[in-house]
Amino acid sequence: MATLKVPVTANDHRQGRADAKVTLVEYGDYECPYCGLAYWVVKQLQQHFGEDLLLVFRNFPLTTAHPHALGAAVTAEYAGSRGFFWEAHDELYEHQDRLGVPLYGAIALRHGLSSDELAVAMQTDIYLPKIQSDFNGGVRSGVNGTPAFYMNGLRYDGPPEVTEMSQAIELSSARGLNR
Amino acid sequence: MNTSALDDAKETTNSPVQGPLPAGTVAPDISLYATPDQRLSLHELKGSPVILAFYPADWSSVCGDQLTLYNQVLPTFREYGATLLGISVDSAWCHQAFVKDRGFHFSLLADFEPKGAVARQYGVYDSHLGVCKRALFVIDKEGVVAWSYVSPMAINPGADGILDALDALADSPTARPPKTSR
Repeated sequence: MATLKVPVTANDHRQGRADAKVTLVEYGDYECPYCGLAYWVVKQLQQHFGEDLLLVFRNFPLTTAHPHALGAAVTAEYAGSRGFFWEAHDELYEHQDRLGVPLYGAIALRHGLSSDELAVAMQTDIYLPKIQSDFNGGVRSGVNGTPAFYMNGLRYDGPPEVTEMSQAIELSSARGLNR
Repeated sequence: MNTSALDDAKETTNSPVQGPLPAGTVAPDISLYATPDQRLSLHELKGSPVILAFYPADWSSVCGDQLTLYNQVLPTFREYGATLLGISVDSAWCHQAFVKDRGFHFSLLADFEPKGAVARQYGVYDSHLGVCKRALFVIDKEGVVAWSYVSPMAINPGADGILDALDALADSPTARPPKTSR
């Protein structure tokens, strides 16, 4: 079974308590339609499991198939550097049909950030090493498509649906071994 | 994550060679059309590692996802000096359209006539379905199979196994540059 090769650290984008019973790591692509559907599934899982679930998001943009995936990832990373990662992450997925520079600028402005700074971030590739590092770690961990989920370090191979994922999270929780 | 009948198909094991050629086997040479008018031979690539990715069919969901992933990982494969070749029984014309549509930057070889002949030699032809199995081979710079793996038809095997095999090759003593002899 594929396992997470890069442990979760403070450098990851995390939502939830560090001592949660289950850590759910998602490798996602902002333009991937399956990730767009899974976004709502994850929201429901977070609501259901509350403090028992720590969510981690890592970039896995398939840029050769999805021309907007990298720009969206840069936008989220830029917002993250200013403390608004999850807000940007959510807005990108909730407006997945409008990915592009106007949306990225609007997201920046909504959180009091500079669209000019964002434009510079796009041009200078400053967040590329972080995004590429996420991607490489995903490949090494056996990510074979997006979204890919790991529950306490083990890849979840079932469908990205609430019932199945909830059962798997409960199993992970029962097993313990959070990592 | 759409699946088709082909993606869901169960494996059958009636190819003449039982199972994929294992590590240590000399890789049979390959000479197949990479474009409608150009053949590519495995021996031309001797001196650097080669990744062979046999897959069931152009345009199928799992194959498309798998090859899109490999297209994205191509810069990493190239860091090892490795060449990636996709192989299926589709024709060179079909491959050409698939490559153009998906923006692939590696060659797809047509194991088209005699159908599946190369896949049979490598022990990865599914004669029940008439397609290549979803199989991976890493061949070292001397032309010897270093690693092979057959994935269930419906499962995209990812790229981690390939990278682990390339790592092992890079770490092996034979990876050192050969001494020049006169």
